[in-house]
Amino acid sequence: MTLFNNKNLSPSQSDLVLLWILRGFALLTGIIVVLITAFLLLEALPVLQQVGWLRFVSDPSWHPVQGFYNLMPMLWGSLLVTLGAVILAAPLGIGSAIFCQYYAPPFFSGFYRQLINLLAGIPSVVYGFWGLVVLVPLIGKLQPPGTSLLAGIAILTLMILPTIALTAEASFSEVPTEYFQGAAALGISRWATIRSVVLPATKSGLFTGLILGTGRAIGETMAVLMVCGNVVQTPTSIFDPIRTLTANIALEMAYATGNHRSALFVSGLLLMVAIAILVAVAEGMSRRNIYG
Amino acid sequence: MKKSQLTQNSRLSLPSMQTERLSLYYGKKAAFTDVTMPIYSGKITALIGPSGCGKTSFLSCLNRLTDLIPHTKVVGSIRLDAVEILNNRVDAIALRRRVGTIFQKPNPFPFSIWKNLAFPLKEHGIKKREQLDRLIETTLQDVGLWSEVKDRLHTSALFLSGGQKQRLCIARALVLQPEVLLLDEPCSALDPISSGVVEDLIASLRGRYTVVIVTHNLAQARRIGDYAALFWVRAEVGRLIEYGTVEQIFTAPQQDLTAAYVNGIRG
Repeated sequence: MTLFNNKNLSPSQSDLVLLWILRGFALLTGIIVVLITAFLLLEALPVLQQVGWLRFVSDPSWHPVQGFYNLMPMLWGSLLVTLGAVILAAPLGIGSAIFCQYYAPPFFSGFYRQLINLLAGIPSVVYGFWGLVVLVPLIGKLQPPGTSLLAGIAILTLMILPTIALTAEASFSEVPTEYFQGAAALGISRWATIRSVVLPATKSGLFTGLILGTGRAIGETMAVLMVCGNVVQTPTSIFDPIRTLTANIALEMAYATGNHRSALFVSGLLLMVAIAILVAVAEGMSRRNIYG
Repeated sequence: MKKSQLTQNSRLSLPSMQTERLSLYYGKKAAFTDVTMPIYSGKITALIGPSGCGKTSFLSCLNRLTDLIPHTKVVGSIRLDAVEILNNRVDAIALRRRVGTIFQKPNPFPFSIWKNLAFPLKEHGIKKREQLDRLIETTLQDVGLWSEVKDRLHTSALFLSGGQKQRLCIARALVLQPEVLLLDEPCSALDPISSGVVEDLIASLRGRYTVVIVTHNLAQARRIGDYAALFWVRAEVGRLIEYGTVEQIFTAPQQDLTAAYVNGIRG
């Protein structure tokens, strides 16, 4: 008698079942995304058909009840607050990850990592509340009223910093130690190795972190709503109050009807388009090869 | 100057490096102790012995790569051209420009072939394009890679074969014109043909560079070595058992253990 009597060569039954379950999950996830987009389009369609795309860009103001639908100031608000936060959080996050991974003593980097994890877990409304009672009065002393683009940038920087720092650290930890050994054996300093070997090798990971951070920043609603002042205007300085597309939806959805309601869905659609463009750009950049 | 017994073996050249009672500790555990050995200029010194006897640890002391490993302690003396390199005032980075290492597993950077050589040169201050191109071409010719890669200098080095990668790593070290080259089993991750090519390359470095090579391949040590040092584990600590010319180690060993090892009875 042999140990294995089964001479059957067909794939195992349980593997097939699992495969179909996984296919089902993948399909479901895909369908949900498509449905959300379709719903957004459907809800936005009435106002798009009646007044057309152009009016959302060219109208004199945002007074949806009176029939003026200019979303540009809010698009600018969303883009500027996001851009500012990413510009500040990227060097901070990546820099602190470099420090933790390559320079800091182990006990310190462990402690710091816990701190960053904690920062990632704080709910956005708490950030907003802290911003409102601490940050906004501080900025108000510098230049009234305090609720401003700057306050939004500062809060969002704090909020996306952990995302960027944690993804950066995860990518750094995947860099083979052979590169460091090899560089050290050639008399190349640690910083030169990080700059010329580690950063190019982890570029796609770092970009992923930036995209995730950007996505979080542009989609953030509660915190920016609390500290940005929500005045519909294209800002001319960082001390100007602004309203973002997300805050616009949150502020007006409770009482919006008809075309006004539909216009809020256009805000949502615009947000999605902005994020899709960002992701596409970032994807394109991270795919460019590094061999020069 | 007090001459140790070992240095009297040298009639041909002066030691480029000399260790005196060198020991290395990982935490409290000794990797090897009391190694006193000359490394002659322009010669190939082969370190032989079974696994875990401290050969590789000894090699990494010679350009202070041990600094990178936490909790290591190096005791004793290593001189490079009469300068004590274990001195804290010696910059390990400057030292490693003069004493390069080739690892067992080829480790080219994830760059193009050209940039793999240009990067160390640029970091050490050579920035002119013509000079870079010239140095890179001569060095690649030196390691026999030029004809194989000259049409794809700007493609990734990661697509090269194992043997080509290792020759690129040797080129990357040679391009900095080091005085001493430390090789840690450079052929053991390669197929027999690539291994032969890399071995010939190492043999061709004789005279121009001081070479120290760790190898498990006794035949290889005999083929390319001028001097050989047998390491062995005694009481869980690596020791230098015998040092001499390759001729002497393989044909007239003074220690029974050496005789048993080189004849394949032990190890």
